[in-house]
Amino acid sequence: MAILRKTAANSPEPAAYAFPHKHLLGIEGLSSQEIRLLLDLADSYVEQNRAENKKTDLLRGRTLINLFFENSTRTRTSFELAGKRLGADTINMAVSTSSIKKGETLIDTAMTLNAMHPDILCVRHPHSGAVQLLAEKVNCSVVNGGDGTHEHPTQALLDAQTIRRRKGKIEGLTVAISGDVLHSRVARSNMHLLSTMGARVRLVAPPTLLPKDVERYGVDVFHNLEDGIKDCDIVMMLRLQTERMQGMYVPSVREYFRFFGLTQEKLNAANPDALVMHPGPMNRGVEIDSELADDIDRSLIREQVEMGVAVRMAVFDVLTRNKRGNAS
Amino acid sequence: MSQDPTAYTNVRLLDPATGLDNQGALLVQDGIIVDFGPDLQIPGKATIVDCSGLCLSPGLIDIRVHLREPGEEHKETIETAGLAAATGGVTAMVCLPNTVPAIDDVPVVEFIARRAREAKLVKVYSYGTVTRGGEGEQLTEMGLLSEAGAVAFTDGTKAIADATVMRRALSYASGFDLLIVQHPEEPSLARDGAMNEGEVATRLGLPGIPSAAEPIMIERDIRLVELTGGRYHAAHVSTAEGVDIIRKAKKRGLNVTCDTAPHYFALNENAVGEYRSFAKLSPPLRSEDDRLAIVAGLADGTIDVIASDHTPQDQDSKRLPFIQAECGAIGLETLLPLTLELVHNGSISLLDALAKITSEPANLFKLPGGKLQRGGPADIVLFDPDKPWILREENFRSKSKNAPYDGRPVQGQVHRTIVDGRTVYELGS
Repeated sequence: MAILRKTAANSPEPAAYAFPHKHLLGIEGLSSQEIRLLLDLADSYVEQNRAENKKTDLLRGRTLINLFFENSTRTRTSFELAGKRLGADTINMAVSTSSIKKGETLIDTAMTLNAMHPDILCVRHPHSGAVQLLAEKVNCSVVNGGDGTHEHPTQALLDAQTIRRRKGKIEGLTVAISGDVLHSRVARSNMHLLSTMGARVRLVAPPTLLPKDVERYGVDVFHNLEDGIKDCDIVMMLRLQTERMQGMYVPSVREYFRFFGLTQEKLNAANPDALVMHPGPMNRGVEIDSELADDIDRSLIREQVEMGVAVRMAVFDVLTRNKRGNAS
Repeated sequence: MSQDPTAYTNVRLLDPATGLDNQGALLVQDGIIVDFGPDLQIPGKATIVDCSGLCLSPGLIDIRVHLREPGEEHKETIETAGLAAATGGVTAMVCLPNTVPAIDDVPVVEFIARRAREAKLVKVYSYGTVTRGGEGEQLTEMGLLSEAGAVAFTDGTKAIADATVMRRALSYASGFDLLIVQHPEEPSLARDGAMNEGEVATRLGLPGIPSAAEPIMIERDIRLVELTGGRYHAAHVSTAEGVDIIRKAKKRGLNVTCDTAPHYFALNENAVGEYRSFAKLSPPLRSEDDRLAIVAGLADGTIDVIASDHTPQDQDSKRLPFIQAECGAIGLETLLPLTLELVHNGSISLLDALAKITSEPANLFKLPGGKLQRGGPADIVLFDPDKPWILREENFRSKSKNAPYDGRPVQGQVHRTIVDGRTVYELGS
């Protein structure tokens, strides 16, 4: 919203292309046209990724740095692969091997990296707002790879693309997001994206795992899984971290699974052709029944991973268009 | 096979839920109330029990009882508590979770239900603890405990002290529409105290618990109720200020209820006398002004329920210097006569008094019974509301005898207690 608009307004180039932003810091504030542009582009990259020769030289000579202040395997790999498939020089910096451990502040790290003239920084950070702070200090484009409990825009985009490819549309669908909404950046990004694209969003969680006043964002809130997924087209499960199941937010794993774990039986409340998603990594037997997670007719979990690479390629593509000076 | 019906005739039918107060009869068959009223048609094969004008009301429901089983069977058992309850006209009681082990896990709920079935006296329900072990830190499996039969959640004699834990408890419980019952006392103010802080404590040289410990906690909790939308019940309210805060919260439409125990309207801090440890209670007996405020709170409906807070303690726990003695008094057998004192004193009507020990607790805990209802369980009590008698320690059927009422003249005596149509107590037998 305000932040992104400001960023767009500050960008040196005129908003000549359909995607006027320098950074991708969040879904909040993106228009449905901008989201559609990214998804359409991502569709073409899915084809490229399935081809024999997966590599182009679109970003040849450009440098992409993955800066991860939090452990991650799949997201980092996905960013790395997306960069490499577009021909960029891709470098990974993990927190344990960087100078952050030596006490360098975030802004100092940003300035140091900036001096290396990267074209894109993909950043994950445990604190909400940290990626934006970094973006304000560097000259290159910044892609938010997840900041605290704020946003994870590429995850929401890949979820949207997965849904669109399977259902043919997003508009008019009813999507239930179930689990630890309170601590979930995936839930926040998805709420914004799905609402913007005209889907009806429901949140399903025990009250202790819901942020205050979340219903003011136009979502419907449920504390019972069967009620929450009734007549839904998509059921999106969120990961519940073990340390949150020891009595502070949720009393135990078995209680959580009993009331909020998705099983084949509970899924019967949803539409007959309802599909199940999960941002991974899954806790089998906690938020999702193992058999259901492996049911290829119902579960989109592996498809989500495939879409991740394509969506990130699309993001790199649009963010570098102004610099590259062509709209191809 | 259907049993022959039993008709209780010549009774004064009292049903607080509907306001019924009429002469008539009541017909029971197969544990169910078949019919009742002034012109009841009694089938020819019915056994007729002529009650010669006694009152017949729903059996008492006592929402605060320490059964002491499992773990402290030397103080009380489910069976001895059941006998005491039946003697007191109590047909259902809710067991506090401060057992050993605490009721914080499904098997303990199941154990108590099984022992109650074996004792086959009155109905027994359980609380679950809000936090594991009642230690005030981690939430219990309230969903699973509720499915197993726990009817509400409380840490019993311990306050849930940490505001964030209380917030999460109210919030989590609201997802299942469960009631959180608080022991409303700021523990850091009560920690070293032995009785109400004030004139009497000063004379006796006993460390006091300021009455402010109660309103501080209730006020905090009410704000957390506003924050979470949870259902909250303050147990054994004992202070004028506590009643006042709840009165205001109810006016604001919050989901807040409370109870008190007879001790807090029948006694004040003077009952401690010369270090009588039977009058050492938690919360402590308060000042006369507080006692009058409790009576007023009962009269105007601020206090929803009267519960006995039956707390059996053996001799070894009470025959100690006052500071070292355990807290609590038994109460199952005195709940009715002490509640009727309010009626005889003109503070409250008979039906309103009965509501606080029958229909109100049933509604609050969503329990069957508590009202006279065709097709409902035949959980009823027959009593003489006026009969004068004297409470005697040696007559209590509870395993422990710690009641601060020895020698107290009261009015109102239970004649018969019926659970699911079975007579579980009859006067003189």
